[in-house]
Amino acid sequence: MEQVGEKEETGEADRVDDGTETFGADFLVRWLTHLAEAVDREADRLTELDSAIGDADHGVNLKRGFAAVSDILAKEPPATPGAVLTTAGRQLISTVGGASGPLYGTLLRRAGKTLGDGERVTRAELAEALGAGVAAVSQLGGAQVGDKTMLDALVPAVEGLRESYGAARTAAEAGALATVPLRARKGRASYLGERSVGHQDPGATSSALLFAALDETAGAEASRSEEASRSAESSRTEAAGAETSRAEGAS
Amino acid sequence: MSGGTPAGSVGIVLVSHSAAVATAVAELARGLAGGGDLAPVAPAGGTPDGGLGTSSELICEAAKAVDRGAGVAVLVDLGSAVLTVKALLAEGDELPGGTRLVDAPFVEGAVAALVTASAGGDLDAVAAAASEAYAYRKE
Repeated sequence: MEQVGEKEETGEADRVDDGTETFGADFLVRWLTHLAEAVDREADRLTELDSAIGDADHGVNLKRGFAAVSDILAKEPPATPGAVLTTAGRQLISTVGGASGPLYGTLLRRAGKTLGDGERVTRAELAEALGAGVAAVSQLGGAQVGDKTMLDALVPAVEGLRESYGAARTAAEAGALATVPLRARKGRASYLGERSVGHQDPGATSSALLFAALDETAGAEASRSEEASRSAESSRTEAAGAETSRAEGAS
Repeated sequence: MSGGTPAGSVGIVLVSHSAAVATAVAELARGLAGGGDLAPVAPAGGTPDGGLGTSSELICEAAKAVDRGAGVAVLVDLGSAVLTVKALLAEGDELPGGTRLVDAPFVEGAVAALVTASAGGDLDAVAAAASEAYAYRKE
């Protein structure tokens, strides 16, 4: 957090991402808001995957949960990154109504608690916190990597996040795809035994959305800071131009 | 202390994906627990809008309603009911102190828990009685 000084004014992450740049609560609010939009967009696909090996409610449940997260973050934006995640986690536990609620809720809530109450955190710290969240999810559901659950995407994603946002996204998407040939060992899908083979796990698929949204938010963040400097530049130019035309109009 | 409830008894919460199941099992347990004063038992079934699922809100309300300071035994059916109660216990402060998830068969465990709690058993005794219901073989 040594580099905070000159960035505090803009509150933006740096364009060069080496894991040490800091971000504040607003970045995580943008991430979860963006994620809510992605879940809304993908809800039908998630439910379709869940109708193959589950009880066909994953999309609609997550959509309700993340819409509620997005609402509460907009209405009462928490002051710290940790509080953004604990608020979101609590909201998921209370609104989802299916197993994904306590699972994603625990992921975010434990991650938020691990972040503590610092005002700014680094990507490396976020990776660390999400790692603690993933461990809590594993403990809660008693699942491991290879059981055809969300952990198949989450575990490699958190590893990837130590490297970059892009690596986390790629690892999560690969992990979700890798659930297709697996036989489910946890949750309702495990009742299907061999019949669960050949279907992509809905939980791993929604977990991949988390990291796609994070990568996109970080990318948008980078262009925001570029744009911010460009628009600062151009507004100076425009202001100068306006001065000129006003002067011209007056004459 | 509400009338007819033994002072300081363990409370029991029954969490099912279905409101009808939770309510009916609470009824059944009360009916089979016999005469005398019964420990408090509350159903927390389904979602607040009446659908199938698990509601942390209903679970917390039920736990608060049966809490008499001697602990609350929570019995659950499956899946999200198990995970929601575990998540609330592990991460949150929404449930009364002394709330415990009891590993037990839902129907038989509810009856055993209510009988034991009504007889004045503490939380350990209630949890043990409910869990022992697993040992009763039906064939």
